[in-house]
Amino acid sequence: MPVITYIDAVTQALREEMRRDRRVFVLGEDVGVRGGVFRATNGLIDEFGEDRVLDTPLTESAIVGVSIGSAAYGMRPVAEIQFADFIMPAVNQIISEAARLRYRSNNDWHCPLVIRAPYGGGVHGALYHSQSVESIFMSVPGLKIVVPSTPYDVKGLLKSAIRDEDPVLFFEHKRCYRLIKGEVPEEDYTIPIGKAEVKREGTDVTVISYGLTLHFALKAAEQLEKEGISVHVLDLRTLRPLDKEAILEATAKTGKVLIVHEDNKTGGVGGEVSALITEEAFFELDAPVRRLCGPDVPAMPYSPPLEKEYMLSPEKVAAAIRELAEF
Amino acid sequence: MATDVTMPQLGESVTEGTITRWLKKPGDRVAKYEPLCEVATDKVNAEVPSTISGTLLEIVAEEGATVEVGQLICRIEEEGGAASPQPVDQGRESSPSASASAGQETPSMKRRYSPAVLRLAQEHGIDLERIEGTGKGGRITRKDVLQYIEGRKAASPASPRGDESPAAAEKKPAVPEIQLPAAGTSAKREGISVSLEEGDQEVPVSSVRRTIAQRMVTSKHEAPHAWTMVEADVTGLVQLRERLKNDFKEREGISLTYLPFFIKAVVDSLKEFPYLNSVWAGDRIILKKRINISIAVATDDALYVPVIHDADEKSIGGLAKAIHRLAEKTRSGKLTLEDMQGGTFTVNNTGSFGSILSQPIINYPQAAILSVESIVKRPVIKDSMIAIRDMVHLCLSLDHRILDGLMAGRFLQRVKERVEAYGPDTQI
Repeated sequence: MPVITYIDAVTQALREEMRRDRRVFVLGEDVGVRGGVFRATNGLIDEFGEDRVLDTPLTESAIVGVSIGSAAYGMRPVAEIQFADFIMPAVNQIISEAARLRYRSNNDWHCPLVIRAPYGGGVHGALYHSQSVESIFMSVPGLKIVVPSTPYDVKGLLKSAIRDEDPVLFFEHKRCYRLIKGEVPEEDYTIPIGKAEVKREGTDVTVISYGLTLHFALKAAEQLEKEGISVHVLDLRTLRPLDKEAILEATAKTGKVLIVHEDNKTGGVGGEVSALITEEAFFELDAPVRRLCGPDVPAMPYSPPLEKEYMLSPEKVAAAIRELAEF
Repeated sequence: MATDVTMPQLGESVTEGTITRWLKKPGDRVAKYEPLCEVATDKVNAEVPSTISGTLLEIVAEEGATVEVGQLICRIEEEGGAASPQPVDQGRESSPSASASAGQETPSMKRRYSPAVLRLAQEHGIDLERIEGTGKGGRITRKDVLQYIEGRKAASPASPRGDESPAAAEKKPAVPEIQLPAAGTSAKREGISVSLEEGDQEVPVSSVRRTIAQRMVTSKHEAPHAWTMVEADVTGLVQLRERLKNDFKEREGISLTYLPFFIKAVVDSLKEFPYLNSVWAGDRIILKKRINISIAVATDDALYVPVIHDADEKSIGGLAKAIHRLAEKTRSGKLTLEDMQGGTFTVNNTGSFGSILSQPIINYPQAAILSVESIVKRPVIKDSMIAIRDMVHLCLSLDHRILDGLMAGRFLQRVKERVEAYGPDTQI
């Protein structure tokens, strides 16, 4: 099975879906001729032409707004927001329009829209190229939020997102693009949205994470195994809807839960997961549910030592797991 | 300079005590001999007096904690030394609760049970006091409980309880080993595996119930029980009591039951048969001089056996008052250790719940126990005629190491005679 990078898995999924379904098209800033600033849409315009790979003006509200309109007409747009930080002008379209189109029209219209965006820091991106934005959309009914961590998950979930009949926000941690490699089958396959996956079995502490920090958790788990601590790692993969069953099962496995994400702690997805756990798995808990997250500081400093301080790491994750294991 | 205060030995056979209430809190001044806390041992409440004067520094064993004799319960800063309370730990964010008041730096986490731990303990009927905690601050973790459960399963006896060897003296290997509490060791945890079915209710074993269980097993295990019975015609006694009871109630304010009459008969008979008032001590029999009658008092949840000391010095009225006082104390939970200790012979009023025949278990380490059954009107032959008489059975269980049938039988005869001697004109 070929081993490809995270970003290549994105391209592969897009290409295969565009081949499979003529209604699928891609739009965004620099996605066409340039092939995307991260090369996510590399080669697509050559294969599918400029009618299906649109270079848009610098206007996120229009990128999403136009996508919504086309989706209502039966197209399947895959919009790219060049950096998740830029999604703000499109928030109105996403929350007030795309998310509620089906509900508002009583099923007459729906919005099979995918919005892809690279998020996250650790790339010297400073304040406008490092943010995590998933928490903004976490509370919006009608939206799905997918954050895969491995190339295999990327391809399967992006295909599912494109085939989904309702709006899906697809966030890719930009640091994973070339850093994370994995085996990805060449055939067509999908991964259901809303299903988490146990990436590592363990018995002492459960770590729930997604995106880049999931890899930190896996690294930390490897290190801690040598110290005799067995770590159970659950990759959420989808943030909305949360895989409640998987979360509760993983909680019951060890009784000790650590939620890890790069996004700011306050108001982050970790709070929602934690509330779910204490609400429904109270008698499984052997320790308070802990969260290891980005500090409550704008994401994120440009100064390298400050960025390092902000970012999580396998060591920071390991320390938190260790503390919980010893509790 | 801080002095350690440990759990004192509150009674001869007491190995541990549960702290029910702290009377002092950290920062309080304590005078020598002033009570520090209330402790429940087995079935009795006692107070722990301070060994020195000073200021209470920190409470180590919290309310509800069961502490072994000799274990640390608190620290006192002795008078004369710089008595500054310990600074509150800076890193602690949570507000101090009533028990973990300022002055405590690292409270023991031994009894900080998590929801998972409590659930598992309840589901498997585990006494968490018995588990060692490997978590932070000695906390019992979920893993600790799970491991304990595994260990228990492995230790449960596979051999069926049953009907193999007949001899009572033969010790079966499946029987759990019970060691005397006086020896300082507590009974080993019984590895009993019982299946739990739907609808079954699990009732946790209280320390009182546990003590009762322990004592009963010890008694049956140590003393080979033999049993004998006589029946007595107490028509006269019934008439006597009928005659006296109203005046007695008016004068003394308490009811006159049959029990004091029986106890008097027993006590007088014990004077004649000192071996019935004795204790087996391995290589010798100790004949006790004082006659202290243990009486069984039942409450809703447990059986208590307080003692009427020097019962031979009391009149029937005095015995009645003593019985009443002890019963009241039992029901209100105010029995002291002294009330429970020193019994030399037990009289059990099983008749009070309608029984006409019992096989009482000897109140270890006494030599015998007498049960007074229900007084029943029955047709009997008296002077070659059929008469309706008030009859009562007197049942005696005896330790066959100390007593034989002949002596026990003679003792019982004397009790019967005395009891039958009561008549409507007897002076009490």
